[in-house]
Amino acid sequence: MTSLPSLPTPKKLGLVIDLDTCVGCHACVVNCKEWNTGGYGAALSDQDPYGATVSGAWLNRVHSFEMIPDGEVVGEAGEARIVHFPKSCLHCEAAPCVTVCPTGASYKRADDGIVLVEEDMCIGCGLCAWACPYGAREMDLAAGVMKKCTLCIDRIYNETLEEVDRTPACVRTCPANARHFGDLGDPDSEVSKLVAERGGIDLMPEQGTLPVNKYLPPRQRQPLSASAGLLEEYMLKEDAGDATGFFGWLDKMLDRI
Amino acid sequence: MHPASSIILFTTLSGLGYGLAMMLGLGLLDPAHMATKVAHVLALALISAGLLSSTAHLGNPQRAWRALSQWRSSWLSREGVMAIATFVPLTWSAWLAVIEGRYFWLPGLLGAAMSLVTVFCTAMIYASLKSVQAWHTRLTPACYLLFAIAGGLVLTVFLAACSGALTPPLAVGAVVALAAAWTVKVKWRARLQEAGPLSTPESATGLGGIGRVRLFERPHMTENYLTREMGFRVGRKHAAKLWKIAVALGAVLPCVLLLVLGMWGLGGVAGASLAALALLAFVTGLLAERWLFFAEARHAVMNYYGG
Repeated sequence: MTSLPSLPTPKKLGLVIDLDTCVGCHACVVNCKEWNTGGYGAALSDQDPYGATVSGAWLNRVHSFEMIPDGEVVGEAGEARIVHFPKSCLHCEAAPCVTVCPTGASYKRADDGIVLVEEDMCIGCGLCAWACPYGAREMDLAAGVMKKCTLCIDRIYNETLEEVDRTPACVRTCPANARHFGDLGDPDSEVSKLVAERGGIDLMPEQGTLPVNKYLPPRQRQPLSASAGLLEEYMLKEDAGDATGFFGWLDKMLDRI
Repeated sequence: MHPASSIILFTTLSGLGYGLAMMLGLGLLDPAHMATKVAHVLALALISAGLLSSTAHLGNPQRAWRALSQWRSSWLSREGVMAIATFVPLTWSAWLAVIEGRYFWLPGLLGAAMSLVTVFCTAMIYASLKSVQAWHTRLTPACYLLFAIAGGLVLTVFLAACSGALTPPLAVGAVVALAAAWTVKVKWRARLQEAGPLSTPESATGLGGIGRVRLFERPHMTENYLTREMGFRVGRKHAAKLWKIAVALGAVLPCVLLLVLGMWGLGGVAGASLAALALLAFVTGLLAERWLFFAEARHAVMNYYGG
């Protein structure tokens, strides 16, 4: 049934992505492909995998953007700032990809808000990918069905896994802890607190999709002048007169040579 | 948006077919004439060819029947349901005309109305997508409907000329419909060119507070499904040229030819060939217009891909 469940759903499971700490290593991209190619639904195929024009279906991709601030701060004005930007399905509350589906294959779960595709019902018309402004859906060209992030539904509710592993593959693998998973419908959850504390934002709010996933903007960068004093302080610390123990002994011995 | 030939062909052919079916349903052609019998078969053939070519781009066409189930929310589903339902009155009318050589108002008017609704559903598939700003306007269904009516009338003029039954009001009617369709289309395109983008790289990333956002690196070096499907870019120069071709062939030439036909009341082979030329020009112009409809429309996702 492609009508949306009555809003809001009791739980709003989703991701919070920290643009300040993401280092752009693509580990989440690779682990997502690895887990989901062997998990829920058809495998994520690649076309011409070892050729020059390799391409395939991915449910999570990391883009990199460059901003050139026009501020007054010396060492920042005119200097590019790079932000790595992981992007996957935002599990929107008003998901336009769901309502356009002609077959009922696309749906939003009424209990936790996860947007899924029932692949046995998908005809591969591609209209849902057109309806999504974020590019979260990609057609699997081998299976002819639409693929998308399932929020690792086969991990988060999987009691055969250790509790620590019951998070989406991208979250579990992130070495920078830039990805967080939780219930954004619960104001007391860790992710909701994080969003409140860091001013998490919606992507393309003007599209009216009400995304569940939130992005934490990069923190304000310190101007160089702020750290200049710090540097001086460390430079002056050449006097080791107050060193004790082994370092005190070493200081004395080296002075004698 | 990538201008896929299967979809361009589908919307053009089925639009013409439904347009012709509307005019046949209104009883504009005398069923005693051979050309009218051919017209009924032609309308059904155009509609069927259009529908078949639209299933050609499906990943799993064997499940296409499932697309009839979600008419409550999906315009694509509504289009499928209407297209199949419309075959009933159209086939009934065709039977009466071809076999019995008569016109009956009930299947005729019903078929005309349902054809109109089907074209509206097709247009709404595009107009309902907020992610493609160029399409997300009431002018989109208005264009599709008016082009279907204009195309149907141009085809009707040709068929009437073939059976020597062309009347000046019919030719003038076709000119009026063409003028109306292209007037709305010019408005549609002006809106596309004047409106600022709804979404920008800044709103797509939320990083506009730091500075102007520019794509530094794509997620992968090669093209992917999204960039192939939605990343089509047509050069401004070529778009302008193609638009002129579309207007010249789709609007100006058929209007001039139809006015000549209507004013001098040419009959016989001369009249039929002029009408054929008008039809050919219109269809070519419409194909160019449909190509631009896709090629000039920008998808919001391209804000993430530097396009």
